[in-house]
Amino acid sequence: MTDTALLPNIDDTNEPFWLGCRAGVLRLQQCPVTRRLIFPPRPVNPWSPRDKAVWTEVCGRGTIWSVIAPHAPLMLDFTLLAPYNAIVVALEEDPTIRLIGNLVPEAGAPINAIAYDDIEIGTAVRVVFERVNDEITLPRWIPLATGSLHQ
Amino acid sequence: MIKDKTAIAGIGQTAFGKKLPESELELACTAVLNALGDAGIDRSEVDGLASYTQESNSEVELARNLGLGDITYFGQVGYGGGAGPGVIGHLAMAVATGQCRVGVAWRSRKRASGAVRRPWSKTSSSLQEELAVNYTRPFGVLRPVDEIALLAHRYMHEFGATRDHFANVALSQRRYANNNPDAQMYEKKMSREDYMTSRWISRPLCLFDNCLETDGALAAVIVSAERARDCKQAPVFIHAWAQGFHQQHQTMQNFFCDDPLHGPSWVTARQLYRQSDIQAQDIDVAQIYDAFTPLIPLSLEGYGFCARGEGAAFTENGNLELDGDLPVNTSGGGLSEAYVHGFNLITEGVRQMRGTARNQVPDAATCLVTAGEGVPTGALILRR
Repeated sequence: MTDTALLPNIDDTNEPFWLGCRAGVLRLQQCPVTRRLIFPPRPVNPWSPRDKAVWTEVCGRGTIWSVIAPHAPLMLDFTLLAPYNAIVVALEEDPTIRLIGNLVPEAGAPINAIAYDDIEIGTAVRVVFERVNDEITLPRWIPLATGSLHQ
Repeated sequence: MIKDKTAIAGIGQTAFGKKLPESELELACTAVLNALGDAGIDRSEVDGLASYTQESNSEVELARNLGLGDITYFGQVGYGGGAGPGVIGHLAMAVATGQCRVGVAWRSRKRASGAVRRPWSKTSSSLQEELAVNYTRPFGVLRPVDEIALLAHRYMHEFGATRDHFANVALSQRRYANNNPDAQMYEKKMSREDYMTSRWISRPLCLFDNCLETDGALAAVIVSAERARDCKQAPVFIHAWAQGFHQQHQTMQNFFCDDPLHGPSWVTARQLYRQSDIQAQDIDVAQIYDAFTPLIPLSLEGYGFCARGEGAAFTENGNLELDGDLPVNTSGGGLSEAYVHGFNLITEGVRQMRGTARNQVPDAATCLVTAGEGVPTGALILRR
């Protein structure tokens, strides 16, 4: 991934999330009153709008909630990687909090390394991180039970 | 209550196709003139205009080109395929409350010509428009079909839906289109094998799970029920309409809410039926927004035609066809007639109530028309 056109825009609201990724931790917003996690990040805390959300580190484990394999026509570098996988991960701390990502066999592996047919909904995964450039590090996901895929 | 106070008195459209020579503005004007001609109302009487926020022609351009007179109501509804019934509903409210007397709703689009960039094809500078795309696009969830495919696969996993169920939707609508000369797919038959062997777009969704690419425009004329009785065509009454989205809904990215398969249709249906004498069991024919096949079973559940998780099974045994329990998208819909952000579902609903549809449901007296599940949406109940 060299094309930056589809990379996230870092702003005041979401900067702690992306700084967390750079530091190798998954950090989400949390309502200080109800303790509910919030994702994607937003400037106002929906569960207690006068109380600013705080940032908290989560364990980085979850289960695959859904998976797809996008095929061309796609945009930019994704065309070269297609078909690749994209997954939804339901987090261990709160399964109604879901992150979009990609399943890879190990940190740094391409997002088309694991085929759609080899991915099962319900599989336990944990987060890893892939540095894209000085500013952006993306979270990816590997099977929690290492060795279950592509050995 | 707005019940039966207004009616659709005229409908109009252009040809549907690829690379039509006219501009989006010319297409819009043609559709509006055809709708006014259908109603038998002179263009000088139009005083209300409404469309989609994604419509590229402004009310002003339309009025200047068509030579309309003074306009006293104008408005737009957002969220792409979520807008259609809302556009009609806003004009119904405007007419019912006296803000205007003759309202025209329209949608014109040259999607099949590559003339207009799709909203989702913009890159980084526009990411801030929707904060949540920062958490999908970097991972290759780029297009509406990718977002819906994530929900569709979960729906299959959770409720036992199969590709055969999505094929039921695609095939029933193709058969309707094969009997509708206005449909882009009029001459193109499709078999189950064609469906099963077509190329993947975003697996588990294939080519035929996706709507068409269409150039074309449509329009409808909304007036008071009294006025409609004096128009050229039999009035089609706007019995009920509603809009809705649920708590923490995220447009096209409902996986970012508590219960992603319990989408905006559920809220909209509750509000719709609350103001309606006509309930789900009383609906004779339905036009359900179908940018992607899985939206049909999800909407069937939301609008109360079956229980949660039973929408896929509802498509079995020809249930969506003309002799089924609920004929759905009888013109061919967005999958096989034309994809103009669902406006052709509204005009087909009107034809069914007039008794003039190509695939006419015998004695149909009530019709549900919905906008898109998965986005802030809306719905209408039309009656004779």
